Amino acid sequence: MSSSPEVRGRHAVKPTATAGAGAGTAIMEPSPAAKKIEGRSPWRLALERLRKDRAAKIATGTIVVIVLCALLAPLIASWVGHGPNQLFVDTGLDEEGNPLAPSSTFFFGTDSNGRDLFIRVLYGARISLVVGVLATLISVALGTFFGLVAGYIGGVVDSLIARLIDVVLSIPFLVIAISIAYISHPGFWLVVFVVGVLAFTYPARIVRGQVMSLKEKEYVEAARALGAGPLRIMFIDLLPNVIAQVIVYGSLLIPLAIVSEASLSFLGVGIPPPTADWGSMINDASGYYQAGFWWYLLFPALALLITTLAFNILGDSVRDAMDPRGAGIYE
Amino acid sequence: MITFIIRRLITAVFLLLVVSVITFAIFFLIPRLAGQNANELAAQYVGRNPTPAAIQQMVERLGLDQPLPVQYWHFLKGLVAGENYSAGPSVTYCPPPCFGYSFRSQLAVWPQMVSALPVTVSLALGAAILWLLGGVSIGVLSALRRGSIFDRFSMGVALAGVSLPIFFTGLISLELFSYKWPLFPNVQYVNIAVNPLLWARNLVLPWVTLAFLYAALYARLTRAGMLETMNEDYIRTARAKGLRERSVVVKHGLRAALTPILTIFGMDLGLLLGGAILTESTFSLPGLGQFTVLAIQNQDFPEIMGVVMLAAFFIVIANMLVDILYAAIDPRVRIS
Repeated sequence: MSSSPEVRGRHAVKPTATAGAGAGTAIMEPSPAAKKIEGRSPWRLALERLRKDRAAKIATGTIVVIVLCALLAPLIASWVGHGPNQLFVDTGLDEEGNPLAPSSTFFFGTDSNGRDLFIRVLYGARISLVVGVLATLISVALGTFFGLVAGYIGGVVDSLIARLIDVVLSIPFLVIAISIAYISHPGFWLVVFVVGVLAFTYPARIVRGQVMSLKEKEYVEAARALGAGPLRIMFIDLLPNVIAQVIVYGSLLIPLAIVSEASLSFLGVGIPPPTADWGSMINDASGYYQAGFWWYLLFPALALLITTLAFNILGDSVRDAMDPRGAGIYE
Repeated sequence: MITFIIRRLITAVFLLLVVSVITFAIFFLIPRLAGQNANELAAQYVGRNPTPAAIQQMVERLGLDQPLPVQYWHFLKGLVAGENYSAGPSVTYCPPPCFGYSFRSQLAVWPQMVSALPVTVSLALGAAILWLLGGVSIGVLSALRRGSIFDRFSMGVALAGVSLPIFFTGLISLELFSYKWPLFPNVQYVNIAVNPLLWARNLVLPWVTLAFLYAALYARLTRAGMLETMNEDYIRTARAKGLRERSVVVKHGLRAALTPILTIFGMDLGLLLGGAILTESTFSLPGLGQFTVLAIQNQDFPEIMGVVMLAAFFIVIANMLVDILYAAIDPRVRIS
């Protein structure tokens, strides 16, 4: 088709006519415009859109600050001179043994054990971020794998995986998470594993749906005609085409994983004490804040809120940037 | 339609069976994997300084000495047909659905769950009505006034709402409205039959806190769905043929946008009915969620099994009802 004289002729008259339907002045510009044309991949377009998004910028900045807090926690701790689990029985508690309000020594006050809340909140960021990211990686990897296999192979395999997802969705998440954590002694890796594995259903469903429509495309047919096996088609041909969706949902899974981890710790079956963790700090504070020790609850809760909010905003923006048709919240 | 319902029922029963096998495996295998044997397991439930004879008696009573499949079979049989339990010389009949007897309190599990159920149902249903009405209407208004101050404000609040864990909003609302300004001083469960007014008043805080969380999510989903459907051709057609804007929005736009939301609603409501663990423990409400937490802390296997099965039952039933509702509305669903 492209070699037909008619098309060639049209190109010769109006070199940039294909660039846009609206006949603006830009289209009439001759050669410079033609020189500037360069291929912009969907990724690049998404990144450009993301860069223009003010909310995304603020969220990214916030996340960078949180990551820095987490990374520099030991440094800040040694600079302040308070360890995360150091008990200040004499200086960190008042005469009745109650927590101290924020001061120049303890920026966020102290907790009921006389520990520095500021340092503990900083250290808590480490747990939240690492669990959030690792658990999301697990669910995204599992979900993508199951989604690809179910969507591409179809048939019995698909029904089996679909039933597996149904089963996981029918089991109340918290009950299972708590039970597993409780029976087999809570710990960091267990929390990562439980939060990660039980959330694989979301990416799995998305990928499965995508693959089911993508596998009918010509390029898959072409790959098959060239003799590519199912593994190659799934992981070399199809995977790159679903990865955008996976990233979008993955970025929204991070805040979910962070809240899940905090919920488990709040219920006392997450990261075991004395490790500084926002969920268990909120749980500790729940017996104190009503008696006027507001800082005890406020700072860990605020840290948790700011972190999840920043990830949610960024996730929203990533989705809008990758899928401009979608209903963006921040135009 | 009837075939569809029957097919869905079979799927539901199958799902429940699989869930029961999985839960059974989790709770029986993990203690074994952790190196506990039947005697050690039983010793936890005998009291302090148990004698070997007492432990042996407990092992037999709980059936811990039997092979796993046999134990599972007894569990299943009790669920469907009831089961005879021998406690010493006397034999007690446990009517279906029999979840056995609590390891710790020796009480039958089912009546305990039944007595906790009204709390959770009151909490979940009240909140569900609030969040469905609130979330969907805010979402629709936001979509119709896209980009307006209302849209920006409500979506900002909604974004905060989906980022907030219930134990945080719950503690804050308790602090503000129960202690500082005691509008709702006592958050406790009062039987609705005894005093409906007090029942409602005491549940206002948990309802609003729980509903806020979900309303935020539903507002976002509704807004996205409405924005998508309102761009469809049939909406233009509806407008072109001169329908009033209201009926275009409600009958044509919202109706289509609500379908995916109904699915999620079924799942969320089912999940909550099985025990709103975080809400109940934040507000200290003695519902199924608290029952669950206690059961897990006590490692009370029959209780945990019962709670998981009941929760799974609610989820599966809620999903099934939503599916059937779909099939009734949309004939295309029945075929696939």
